[in-house]
Amino acid sequence: MSLGEYFELLFTDYTLGVITLGTAVLGAVTGMLGSFAVLRKQSLLGDAISHAALPGIALAFLFTGAKDSNVLLIGALISGLLGAFWIRGMVKNTHLKSDTALGLVLSLFFGLGMLLLTYIQKLPNANQAGLDKYLFGQAATLVAQDVWIMVAITAVSLFILLLFWKEFKLLLFDADYTKTLGFNTRFIDSLITFFIVIAIVIGLQTVGVVLMSAMLLAPAAAARQWTNTLTVMLGLAAFFAAFSGVYGTAISATQSNLSTGPVIVLVAAFFVLISFVFSPGRGLLFREIRFQKNRRELELKKTLQFMYSIAKTHEDISHPHAVKILNNFQGFTKKTLQQMVDKKWVTLNGAMWSMTALGYEEAENLYSQT
Amino acid sequence: MSTPQIEIQLIAAVVAVACAIPGVFLVLRKMALISDAISHSILPGIVLGFFLTHDLNSPWLILLAALMGVITVVLVEFIQKTGLVKEDTAIGLVFPALFSIGVLMISRNASDVHMDVDAVLLGELAFAPFDRLLIGGVDLGPKSLWVMGIILLITMGLLWAFFKELKVSTFDAGLSAALGFSPMVLHYGLMSVSSITVVGAFDAVGAILVVALMIAPAATAYLLTHDLKKMLWLSIIFGISAAIGGYWLAHLLDASIAGSITAVLGFIFLLVYWFAPNKGIIAVFYRKRQQRIEVSLLTFLLHLNNHQEESERHINHLNEHINWQKVRSEAVVKLALENNMITVEDQLVSLTDKGKEFTDLALEYIITNKDEHIEHLKKDFFLFRG
Repeated sequence: MSLGEYFELLFTDYTLGVITLGTAVLGAVTGMLGSFAVLRKQSLLGDAISHAALPGIALAFLFTGAKDSNVLLIGALISGLLGAFWIRGMVKNTHLKSDTALGLVLSLFFGLGMLLLTYIQKLPNANQAGLDKYLFGQAATLVAQDVWIMVAITAVSLFILLLFWKEFKLLLFDADYTKTLGFNTRFIDSLITFFIVIAIVIGLQTVGVVLMSAMLLAPAAAARQWTNTLTVMLGLAAFFAAFSGVYGTAISATQSNLSTGPVIVLVAAFFVLISFVFSPGRGLLFREIRFQKNRRELELKKTLQFMYSIAKTHEDISHPHAVKILNNFQGFTKKTLQQMVDKKWVTLNGAMWSMTALGYEEAENLYSQT
Repeated sequence: MSTPQIEIQLIAAVVAVACAIPGVFLVLRKMALISDAISHSILPGIVLGFFLTHDLNSPWLILLAALMGVITVVLVEFIQKTGLVKEDTAIGLVFPALFSIGVLMISRNASDVHMDVDAVLLGELAFAPFDRLLIGGVDLGPKSLWVMGIILLITMGLLWAFFKELKVSTFDAGLSAALGFSPMVLHYGLMSVSSITVVGAFDAVGAILVVALMIAPAATAYLLTHDLKKMLWLSIIFGISAAIGGYWLAHLLDASIAGSITAVLGFIFLLVYWFAPNKGIIAVFYRKRQQRIEVSLLTFLLHLNNHQEESERHINHLNEHINWQKVRSEAVVKLALENNMITVEDQLVSLTDKGKEFTDLALEYIITNKDEHIEHLKKDFFLFRG
């Protein structure tokens, strides 16, 4: 099946439609909430939490024996929250730094999760197959009910996001100011963390534990390059993530032996790469172009300054001089000379140049601050 | 115990020690998450190396994968230097992308690569003893034991040779540069050693548990000591005990050895986290409570010092004026009485001479805010805490 056929099938095939809708909704919500994580410098919190969710899934299965993804995801939610708040407690109460705390929660919870998973795999229980999909994600296992739950969670989090919009925004950019205004920063902070955990948990089934963090932060990091406005950034991140979700799922569905998670992550990584290089405001390409332009401008001014120092010694500032005498000055090329003529700073007459009144004035004011 | 059992425990212990040593420096340099990034992003290097060598224990594969680890570090630093995103985001972008490439390479060529994704995450410690090193038909023991043993020896040799350089550059990069030890060289040296260790251990314990073996022993030791040498020894001890304890736990549950090693590491960390003498949660809470009472005592004495009039010094007035709850007021008054700072006559509280002297000194500290004023204060006025 080619990609074109896949997208044609989307509108006729019910299952494919459900999966596509699911990944799109998932992308939109993770992209939005991921923006908060990136702006709060908590990018790797997502990594830690998604790994920390694994023992929750395994324990939920052990206790209830249910294969129903919702029960398992509640387990994931609980252990993810436990991980998130333990990280905070560790940073607050001990001298361990946040990177150590994140790494500890990530690896210890995940190790425990793997221990439980391997333990479950050896139990004589026919239901056990399918827990593996939480490692790397399998979008194909999404059913309509999962998608409706995703939509419901998205709606609720969107509502709360709008309700606390100004508080979130304020806390994001100036935590101290928020505190002095009398907002309960601890509550707002916990609320944001809670939503980040939720976004991760609903993505586990599609993208998997290991790569969920990239789904959270890659679209947000890409969106950040295009705008300085929070609203626009959220929108863009949601769009990038939804697109990566849909397109990644399409690629993984049309090829054999491709897990969904890694493909989605690579599509999102492609967005990041494009944004890093080509975004007009911050991108590396345009930054380099601006840099070169500034440098040329500076060299032009240097040449002008040199000419000024010569012209100054003559009574008539437009007294012609040989181009040759500029040769011992490095900032000068034929092209820069032509540019100066275009700016009407100098006039050229054969091999002689002479300064204009405009150029003289410009050079005189070169270093004045006004 | 059978021979394979002993060999598994030996391999686990060697891996634990080899991970713990670079781990200590990563934790101290606040780069713990780099180990996470490296452990994920070496995957494409390992798969590529496997295509070329067809041997998971080949030194070329290890070098190629370790190079991939160093490339990750360079890439993260490059992205960070562009200033487009923060450092943590840079880490979070690089390793999932590389890891995804690795996973896809494995799943696309599943028939050629005798690795599955579970093994990548978990390792196959239980099978390690069956891959023997044979030279001229003589059985020299499990291959991975040799690989990890050599890595451990190199790490220990480097640690011994560059201990003071590492120490200086870890705690004071500026001083280290001024003394002529390039922090840059040490940084990349450490990164290379970490990458090689991760690759070597990867086969045995998998991508994510390497992170646990690197960070957890070091973090546990860091809660117990501030001495670098002690921290190294402690983390080695924690690593070895978790390796051996984890093996037997796995034996008991019939589950993944690597997973249970991590579980034991987590258990040790949790114990220390709660009960460490100075840095543990319980000790911290206790100390915070004491400090709160001490501050309350000071506030109380200053209040008495400021007010000569009787109405302000009446014992019933204190509750409403300083706005404390009843229990706390009682505790503070009792503490002050025990230390002979105040006397209570007819429900009127007044400062004793000692209390007055103490308050004056404390006031001086508050005004100047210099530590030397308060340091001897506690010693001179030995406080009986509640």
